[in-house]
Amino acid sequence: MNFLHSCRYPFTVAILLTALGVPSWAALGDNAASVLADQARMKGTLRSVDNHTYVLHEITLSSGSKVREYVSPAGAVFGVAWEGQFKPDLQQLLGPYYQQAQQAVAAQHTNDQQPRVHRGPVVIETPGLVLYETGQVRSFHGQAYIPQLVPQGVQASEIR
Amino acid sequence: MRRLGLLLALGSVVLMAACGSSNSGSVTSVTVSCSPTTVSSGGTSQCSATVNGTGSFNSAVNWSTSAGSISTSGTLTAPTVTATVSVTVTAASVQNSGITGSASVTVNPGSSNNNVQPITVDAGPEPNTFLATNIAYTTVTVCLPGSTTQCQSIDHVQVDTGSSGLRLLQGVLTINLPQESNSNNSPLDECLVFLDGFVWGPVATADVTMAGEKAGSVPVQIIIPSTSNPPVPSTCSSQTTGGNEGNSVEDLGANGLIGVGLFQQDCGPGCTSQNQNGPPAVYYGCPASGCNPTFISEQQQLTNPVALFPGDNNGVLIQLPSVPDGGSPTVSGSLIFGIGTQSNNGLNGATVYAVPDSGSNAGNITTTFNGTSYPDSFIDSGSNGLFFLNSSVPGVPATCTGQLNDWYCPSPSPDNLSAGNQGDNMSAPVTVNFSIENASQLFSGDNVAFSTLGGPNPNSFDWGLSFFYGRKVFTAIENMSTPGGQGPYFAY
Repeated sequence: MNFLHSCRYPFTVAILLTALGVPSWAALGDNAASVLADQARMKGTLRSVDNHTYVLHEITLSSGSKVREYVSPAGAVFGVAWEGQFKPDLQQLLGPYYQQAQQAVAAQHTNDQQPRVHRGPVVIETPGLVLYETGQVRSFHGQAYIPQLVPQGVQASEIR
Repeated sequence: MRRLGLLLALGSVVLMAACGSSNSGSVTSVTVSCSPTTVSSGGTSQCSATVNGTGSFNSAVNWSTSAGSISTSGTLTAPTVTATVSVTVTAASVQNSGITGSASVTVNPGSSNNNVQPITVDAGPEPNTFLATNIAYTTVTVCLPGSTTQCQSIDHVQVDTGSSGLRLLQGVLTINLPQESNSNNSPLDECLVFLDGFVWGPVATADVTMAGEKAGSVPVQIIIPSTSNPPVPSTCSSQTTGGNEGNSVEDLGANGLIGVGLFQQDCGPGCTSQNQNGPPAVYYGCPASGCNPTFISEQQQLTNPVALFPGDNNGVLIQLPSVPDGGSPTVSGSLIFGIGTQSNNGLNGATVYAVPDSGSNAGNITTTFNGTSYPDSFIDSGSNGLFFLNSSVPGVPATCTGQLNDWYCPSPSPDNLSAGNQGDNMSAPVTVNFSIENASQLFSGDNVAFSTLGGPNPNSFDWGLSFFYGRKVFTAIENMSTPGGQGPYFAY
């Protein structure tokens, strides 16, 4: 893996920022520029790694919590992952997919109520969105991605 | 410490078998240490002896105690006392009984076995509305701080080793617990996020009693529904894709939740002014103008009531009997307070799995399955099955089809599996054997306690309540000393 400053992506990010203005925050399916806004909003430090098939932006908070955003060569955030004591604002991080995830969770909850309650990790696997959440009160881990946006040659399991 | 005692005892057998009584060397000294050095009446302390000598000598010792009893491997069972006494433990060299070492253990009074709180796995508080599954419940008594008359006992409170602090649904409370305020004198509320939802409501104080143990002025949460005031802040609900689990008894699956987990508080330093990112969306000051995240001292945060008991406060032992394949309609067991503090809560050879007290993997162990390690794994009585990996991993059962698609449905059933668990203190995993049965078959009857219920959890193992049946599972609280070392750790 190469660090980002050794490649062309900073220019891409800068150009996008200039062209689009700074959006309020990044979201799944959004463009790469939104990562910087996320970093500012979360008051974290940003580390970016060019993995050739995608760029990984990792925002670390002083609490140790991390948010990772995976950007395709086409410039789309195709996956996000988080870990730490505090969960990120999923409504912002999942953007337009948040409502879809809510509906999927609610539907699964309703299904489960029929025979039994399910108290444990969240596993949503729909054609348009995959969402996993696990952990307990001091340690949350989760990831979400859009299968259609995952670049060729990238394993979905790399998003974590 | 326990291991050392065992090794010494075993060593003595080997040496005696090999050498008989003819040792060419000589024993020069014996030193003894015991942990813990203070126990409650009837409690246990593990003692170990170090034998020094020259040449080939016998390192075996004979144990004796001035009061109570001591095993051949050095486990002291303290006497039952009504006033504090000091017990002297002595180890005498087997080779030369004139050479001895000793240590003192302080025994404090306390009625023995006041620390056993009954727990039940049953169909839940509203069996005609919903069938609870694999949820361990207990009854908790809360009083207004300092009062012995304004009290209420609340049944069907879920026992959760995955969180810290007592939370009660407002709808089941009949006494009016006083609400806390933050440093700006604003009423204090809390948002606690779980995996599949959140709870929201005021932080109040109560005296909390379980078994013979009482914790005074404990910060607790009163869980309120979304229709109540103050309204749920959007920064609370947006941390999860799930809904408000505090809307009803059915949504919570219980009348309340008692967190007896690894940590003293539910949030810790991250919710105090030490957090340079500002107050997280956990504690909120709620003046009339609206709720906003606020810093709050650890003393004011929701606190594991066990840590505030005057004794038996270093952790808990959950003891549930085995459940046969196919499940049971009800199971009764015990939540025992303290680790190694009384005769009924000794580790007795349980393996200690130390866990990080901070960082992204706080409270987690590493589970290994089919040669791959999963460091985000955990033990959690608040999860209602064994949740691990998914069907795409070789050796993992098939997921059920249709509505039950978050459970496993192996065929043939049961599917016998094996994994390894490892704590931070260990150099290799210890094998855990477990079985998964077809969930649609398990759910076809009225059974609610299952040791073989499982479902997916990509990338980690969540050893939920199914794991607890037929085991003694210890949860040691951070910064508390126990005969197995300082918490946080799990042991079983």
